[in-house]
Amino acid sequence: MSIVEVIDLYKEYPLGDHTVEVLHGVDVTIEQGEYVSIMGPSGSGKSTFLNILGCLDQPTQGKYYLGGTDVSTLDDNDLSDIRRERIGFIFQSFNLLPELTVVENIQVPLFYQGTPEEEASERAADLAGIVGLGHRTDHRSNELSGGERQRVAIARAMVNDPLVILADEPTGNLDSKSGQEILRLLDDLKEQKKTIIMVTHDEEIGRRTERTIRFKDGKVLTGPRMPAKSL
Amino acid sequence: MFFHAKRIIFLGFLNIWRHRLRSTLTILGIVFGVCSVIAMLAIGEGASFEALEQIKQLGSHNIILKSVKPPSSESVNTETNRMLEYGLTYKDAERIKNTVPGVEVIVPSRTIRANVTYRKKRVDVNVIGVVPWYLQVSNQKIKKGRFISILETDDHKNVCVLSSNSARRLFTTESPLGKDIKVKSDYYTVIGVMEGSGVATQEAKTGDTDLNLFIPLTAAKSRFGDILVNRSSGSFSMEKVELHQIIVKVQEITAVMASAEVIRGVLKRFHKDIDFEIIVPQRLLEQAERFKRNSNIVLGSIAAISLLVGGIGIMNIMLATVTERTREIGIRRALGAKKRDIIVQFLSETVLLSGSGGLLGLILGITIPFLVTYFADMITIVKIWSVGGAFGISLLIGIVFGIYPAYRAAQMDPIAALRHE
Ligand SMILES: Nc1ncnc2c1ncn2[C@@H]1O[C@H](COP(=O)(O)OP(=O)(O)OP(=O)(O)O)[C@@H](O)[C@H]1O
Ligand SMILES: [Mg+2]
Repeated sequence: MSIVEVIDLYKEYPLGDHTVEVLHGVDVTIEQGEYVSIMGPSGSGKSTFLNILGCLDQPTQGKYYLGGTDVSTLDDNDLSDIRRERIGFIFQSFNLLPELTVVENIQVPLFYQGTPEEEASERAADLAGIVGLGHRTDHRSNELSGGERQRVAIARAMVNDPLVILADEPTGNLDSKSGQEILRLLDDLKEQKKTIIMVTHDEEIGRRTERTIRFKDGKVLTGPRMPAKSL
Repeated sequence: MFFHAKRIIFLGFLNIWRHRLRSTLTILGIVFGVCSVIAMLAIGEGASFEALEQIKQLGSHNIILKSVKPPSSESVNTETNRMLEYGLTYKDAERIKNTVPGVEVIVPSRTIRANVTYRKKRVDVNVIGVVPWYLQVSNQKIKKGRFISILETDDHKNVCVLSSNSARRLFTTESPLGKDIKVKSDYYTVIGVMEGSGVATQEAKTGDTDLNLFIPLTAAKSRFGDILVNRSSGSFSMEKVELHQIIVKVQEITAVMASAEVIRGVLKRFHKDIDFEIIVPQRLLEQAERFKRNSNIVLGSIAAISLLVGGIGIMNIMLATVTERTREIGIRRALGAKKRDIIVQFLSETVLLSGSGGLLGLILGITIPFLVTYFADMITIVKIWSVGGAFGISLLIGIVFGIYPAYRAAQMDPIAALRHE
């Protein structure tokens, strides 16, 4: 069974008296443990697609199965449940809560799961150690550098042991050295058989992944379904 | 979710603390609202308690008739040495006794200003001629000795009972019992001392009314007569007043009002002028209670308005907070917070805010009556229900005015919120 199965997906936004169609007829299948990149020109609908995959947004038409569940028809409450239990998000702009410490930021998803506090902070501290921030667990996140922030975000994306990790240009706001560190962490996750879907503009980064899905004007470019590495 | 009530409250406090100046300014409305409700109610309760106590002293079974100078008397009085005759008479007392049903007892009395001497001490007092059953209607008590007896009344005996202040002024440390004191030109033997002034008054304590001396009414009539002579600045007038006051005690408390009307009818038939007044303590009591109710309504409205304003202030700040924290809301939603979680977060923050305002107001509101009692020597009564009520209302305000901002926060589109700068 595929982890992600998207069938003939459409997304349109109302804009004034007409609508903008951002995605028209996207079909994508991603297997458990795959490390996939999504590339394409600006405005081609990559982020829109990723948001739908992450259950932050809903398609106007079409089907989306996440781990076998049809999530294209769920309501806001159920979508929140899915995000909390099955999705790990990594954003370009980190999106940490600036007033909270590293450990507190990492355990936010557990907080909404109702995990007892001790268990949650223990788990968060472990993950902080894994991403190399074991010495900064009690620093507030607005005291950290960009690279460090993104590492906190990765730890946070892993804390609920999600089905898929979604990353929208995770290195976009980082210098190349920090970017490399982040990519190395993602490689580690890949080694642990995590499913990762990453949007990027960088061909070089795209080549690190096993497969690249190319978007153009709201559609997936068809072509030989071969790993990007062999291009 | 309830697992984390502690954490949500902690988070709320953290946010309030982070913006402490803003939070403080925001809750001032609630603080003053709650504080003024509790303090003003406490002062009002104290004042009405005092008033009610005084009225109760007059006796709720009693109807008090008093002689008053008729309004037309002043002009008549300009004719020199005319004798002015007015007021209640022994006949009136007799008539009331015979015609008004349900009367338990009637206490006529007469008051004369006179100076009293014992050895070298000299005091101006009210000499009150009363009947032996005076204590039965007056709520007054004997402290030492005994009150005037029927035998002494029948014999026009020269005996007297002192109010506690008269006793203190005349005797300081000596025991007054059995001593003879001189009232005008006659000697009276002290047989008792009253607790307090010996009379119930409608007015707040005035210096004069607690210097009293009680003698048998019969003695008063035979020693002093019915005529009072006033000499003032050359002119000279005489007044004839038989009785200054008649207290009518009615058997049934429910019959007091009706009896008062019957008495008025009886008196009107024999008095050309309105030279008497009828005081019904029960009616005063009702008036006092109505006044208290009304002032509570006024107070309540003022409080409601100030709390409303306070609530709107809080809502205003919470709306600003929600906008400021759009990004945070987006992040929390992306990480799996439900709309409900967001509502709980913001609502509990608002309730914490208004609740802290309520708590501060409560502390101030209890302190102020305490200070008023201490410095202004006024009775204040802080009612538990007013404290609980005011605090409860402050929490309620948090909920009512917090719902809309919390709802706004929950309704935000997560993606738009995440994009918010
Ligand atoms: N809420 C919205 N309302 C209207 N149009 C939208 C909305 N969100 C996205 N769009 C439009 O959809 C198109 C695709 O946007 P999207 O953010 O998915 O592009 P992208 O491929 O991620 O681009 P980039 O590489 O610049 O991040 C854009 O033209 C954008 O203007
Ligand atoms: Mg994008």
